[in-house]
Amino acid sequence: MNQADIQQEKLIMELQTKISDKIIDKDEDEKSFHYTVVDWSTYVPNPKFPEGIDELRKVTPARIGVWRTGTRPLTKTILKLQLDHAAAVDAVNGEVSDSLLKEFNLFTVETCYENKEVYLKRPDKGRVLTEEAVKMIQEKCVKNPQVQIVVSDGLSASAIEANLRDIYPALLDALEVNGLTQGTPFFVKGGRVACMDHIGEILQPEVLVLLIGERPGLVSANSMSAYMCYRPRKGTIESERTVISNIHSGGTLPVEAGAYIGTILRKMIDQKASGLHLEL
Amino acid sequence: MKTTITLMGKTYQFKSLKEIMAKANEEKSGDQLAGIHAQDAQERIAARHVLSELTLADIRNNPLLPPEEDEVSRVIEEGVNEKIYASIRNWTVAELREYLLSPNVTNNEITHIRRGLTSEMIAAVTKIMTNLDLIQAASKITVETRCNTTIGQKGRLAGRAQPNHPNDNLQGIKAAIFEALSYGVGDAVIGINPVIDTADSVKAILNMTKELIEKWNIPTQNCVLAHVTTQMRAIKQGGSADLLFQSLAGTEQGNKAFGISVELLDEANELILKEGTAAGPNVWYFETGQGSELSADAHHGIDQLTLEARCYGLAKRYKPFIVNTVVGFIGPEYLYNSKQVIRAGLEDHFMGKLHGLPMGVDVCYTNHMKADQNDMENLAVLLAAAGVNFLIGVAMADDCMLNYQSLSFHDIATLRELLHMRPAPEFERWLEKMGIMENGKLTSIAGDPTLFL
Repeated sequence: MNQADIQQEKLIMELQTKISDKIIDKDEDEKSFHYTVVDWSTYVPNPKFPEGIDELRKVTPARIGVWRTGTRPLTKTILKLQLDHAAAVDAVNGEVSDSLLKEFNLFTVETCYENKEVYLKRPDKGRVLTEEAVKMIQEKCVKNPQVQIVVSDGLSASAIEANLRDIYPALLDALEVNGLTQGTPFFVKGGRVACMDHIGEILQPEVLVLLIGERPGLVSANSMSAYMCYRPRKGTIESERTVISNIHSGGTLPVEAGAYIGTILRKMIDQKASGLHLEL
Repeated sequence: MKTTITLMGKTYQFKSLKEIMAKANEEKSGDQLAGIHAQDAQERIAARHVLSELTLADIRNNPLLPPEEDEVSRVIEEGVNEKIYASIRNWTVAELREYLLSPNVTNNEITHIRRGLTSEMIAAVTKIMTNLDLIQAASKITVETRCNTTIGQKGRLAGRAQPNHPNDNLQGIKAAIFEALSYGVGDAVIGINPVIDTADSVKAILNMTKELIEKWNIPTQNCVLAHVTTQMRAIKQGGSADLLFQSLAGTEQGNKAFGISVELLDEANELILKEGTAAGPNVWYFETGQGSELSADAHHGIDQLTLEARCYGLAKRYKPFIVNTVVGFIGPEYLYNSKQVIRAGLEDHFMGKLHGLPMGVDVCYTNHMKADQNDMENLAVLLAAAGVNFLIGVAMADDCMLNYQSLSFHDIATLRELLHMRPAPEFERWLEKMGIMENGKLTSIAGDPTLFL
């Protein structure tokens, strides 16, 4: 180890001690350590331009200026990456809680997805509802509604958990403001975007809006999309759908998205069109 | 063509070469999605056995997608050297495998016979090779290419700096480039996937990277991975591009879904040779990946490994500087888990090399696949051992624009140290001049992006 390396090691040790002091507080009762505010930052210990690191970090969400031990990343940098990936994995494998669905009076039907593995391998199965689901929808739902609301876990159950309480009431308000009425909303377990078409065939709504969990990224595992379609039916093509994506607390705010969906649905009904054919 | 076999008292009768090729594959969710996979493990081996005894002539005489119906098939056919083909046409696929692995067969011999091979023959031999076979055979093949700099030499491992930004912010892209360079990554290319596919925006990124390369005298090349027609417009409007990029599919119909054709690629080729900024002669960057034809419903019932090989047959026509298989990007419906991604990565690298292509790999996965960073680290070591020309490097492996994970700059630096590999020669000399590398090792100032402020 040369002099510069030793210097760096020392600096890293000092920094890490400082960070530890800040984030650990001892819980006497539990006789264990609780991390309260975790600071994941690692720093280049001796940069050529010390003020430059923050300048560079400010302009990109990329994980830069993170430093290293030898050629490997520092422990905190690795743990942060693993934590973000873990949240994404849990979002894919998770389930939307019954209590949340009850809160909004959403009954549950399933697609032909069978289980998570089949769901991931066979997107086609998530586009078709089971026979039982079709029967239940026919029994419980108002036919030919003006607006049909459907919620589905898609690729992120936690997107529904994180956003439904904000987006749903905002959407109902927006329907009222725009003079729209809705049918009987429900939840689809194991849904893909194109399950809209099957539901469209069953209920013949004028417009359908599907709130569905997106494929989770590391920035957010809780991102939701709202897909909207004028008279969805078998054979609808992707460009006939209108979508608002990236709905989460760090993207398009769910409350704002709810209001915006109402406006779009109104335009769809007025213009009798959606997707590329809709003028916004 | 023999299509029947009895194994362990059970007789297997296959209908066509297409069926044999599909069922001989290792298990892949994409072949299952297409409904062309082996029904059980024994049928897979039966298909593989039948395939191993077919001759190269059997494969050429039974086209999976006839040249009259598909321009990619025509490009592959036109590329065959008839004299060399005639000398090996009676080899079985098994004999081809054993030839490639024989100790007397070196890069020279392989370079010679590959001119007599079609993409389908290369796909066939790949199906009967184990992972270590694929590594050993590929490691014999050296493919050197030159744009502004030369990469692909034995004992060298280059990296693409992939400094993507969620809204193409030029300062943000620059910041990630500085980080890459400070770890010794960026010798293959500084390549940005843009969010905004307009000529103006692409031109701005091209010219920013070109200025940066000139300011610091970096021996490398720039590229913006927009649609080829957008890059062409950007170049015509004064954009400085060393490399032209395009994603390829293995069928004419698949390429149509990508908005390209052989005619368009020929036209683009003419443009980049005339108006590109690189020394050349290799001025193309292609990307591929198993499953894209099926996702565009353009697979003609052909398995995804064979279609991938056909992408390389098409790529060969343009003598690219780099070709990259984005192996785990497409999702679990094509490659379900780490086992499948690792297998596909080794297959693609081998098939590309046997085509004579300068192969790199984006060792990557999406968050809904059954894979994690450890699996990527494993595959990276295997590929480095196989002699991969370059790997994709992203800041801490997390692409904040494309929302998937690849390898980190740290990983590429680690592979070089671990396996005693060096960056591309001209780039290594530059790193030494900058004080970032010494005797093939990163120095104490490496990893500091403010070096470039």
